[in-house]
Amino acid sequence: MSLLKAENIHKRYGKEEVLKGVSLELERGETMVVIGPSGTGKSTFLRCINQLTPPDKGRVWLDGVEVTHPKCNINRLRAQMGFVFQDFNLFSHLNTLRNVSIGLTKVKGIRKEDARKLAMKELERVGLDDKIDAYPAQLSGGQQQRVSIARALAMEPKLILFDEPTSALDPELIGEVLEVMIKLAKDGMTMLVVTHEMGFARAVADEIVFMEHGVIVEQGNPQQMFSAPKHPRTGEFLNKITELYGETE
Amino acid sequence: MVFDLAWLPQLTQGLLLTLQITTACIAMGIVLGILLALGRVYGNRLISTPCSIYIQIFRGTPLLVQLLMVYYGLPSWGIYPSAFISGVLALGLNTGAYQAEYLRGAIQAVNQGQLMAARAIGMSLPQAIRYIVLPQAFRIVIPSWSNELILMVKYSSIVFSVTLLDLMGVGKRIAARNFRYFEVFVVVALFYLVLVFIISQLLRLLEHRARIPGLGEHAEQR
Repeated sequence: MSLLKAENIHKRYGKEEVLKGVSLELERGETMVVIGPSGTGKSTFLRCINQLTPPDKGRVWLDGVEVTHPKCNINRLRAQMGFVFQDFNLFSHLNTLRNVSIGLTKVKGIRKEDARKLAMKELERVGLDDKIDAYPAQLSGGQQQRVSIARALAMEPKLILFDEPTSALDPELIGEVLEVMIKLAKDGMTMLVVTHEMGFARAVADEIVFMEHGVIVEQGNPQQMFSAPKHPRTGEFLNKITELYGETE
Repeated sequence: MVFDLAWLPQLTQGLLLTLQITTACIAMGIVLGILLALGRVYGNRLISTPCSIYIQIFRGTPLLVQLLMVYYGLPSWGIYPSAFISGVLALGLNTGAYQAEYLRGAIQAVNQGQLMAARAIGMSLPQAIRYIVLPQAFRIVIPSWSNELILMVKYSSIVFSVTLLDLMGVGKRIAARNFRYFEVFVVVALFYLVLVFIISQLLRLLEHRARIPGLGEHAEQR
């Protein structure tokens, strides 16, 4: 049984149909990279998975539990799906440590002392254990994004959804975030990543999904997608994006 | 003009009542303001519409009319509030409407992405509001809230019109006896001035203490 299964997801904003029936399955420990032009519903799709944006139609299962079921405990299920936002969305009134531990104390009901230790562990993992007292406004974008990854990790999620995690960063700060993500992927975290970083995709993706106009055009392993895409649009897009962003390898 | 200040102690009595009324109505206004603001921002139409109407009415009519309606109006419904209760009630209901609007603005000024991030780690909406949105909204609202508090100190003087002997009421009574209107009211005004000064200093301290490291500095540069 796959860890994440999305079936026929539809979402419409007013007249515009953003998602026109997207389905995919993600195995435990896999890293899947979703690529595609802006405005094709990649972010919306991620939000449909953890129900931050409930889909109009379609169903989602996490580890066999239906997330889209009207009677499910969505807060509990969401806690099992980490989400990393493009613009970090750290809690500005809390320091780094509290940003990471607040979910543990308030959602999981873990005692403050223990939550602190767990949060420290995750901050070490992203290399920010020396910044625990800093507030978000005192951190660089790259550091903020690493804190937000630690915040997601602390909840011990079954998978993490990444919504263009490096798009809001200055070029010289992208590397430190990608490094953390690559390490996570290699450690066996299940990840669904929307990104334009082809270097990252090549390095760790088990599967690449090309989305356009609200549908999945093509999906396959990186080698096949980069060297022999079946659909002409996939090749076109990959060429353009590689030209634009270069190969970070 | 000779200053005879034998009546000064009486004024301190009035000052005490002014403080009591202001404190009580501000406390009431805070609770009411939070409820109304939350109702307006997060309530469905069934909740947010009545909140809006309430705010419109209490901001759109004179405070004095509201006070007189409570004190002289409620008895015709069989409710007989004391002068003190009337004063606190009218002022509290009124400031609640204003505080709600300030707080609503502050809530909406909190980055909505943070609310989403809170939901994403599994917080319920009430949890996200309580732990993420409100702590930041309270910080944002402090300056306008300080204004409101200072206004309430002074607006509380209208309770003299329902027989209460607050700072203003005592002053008026003293002046009516010794006819030294100018002296008495100058002293009364000074009392208010000092009171407002102390309160605004305290609030400035609060604002400073509540500042989020790293954020305040940017705000100052702007």
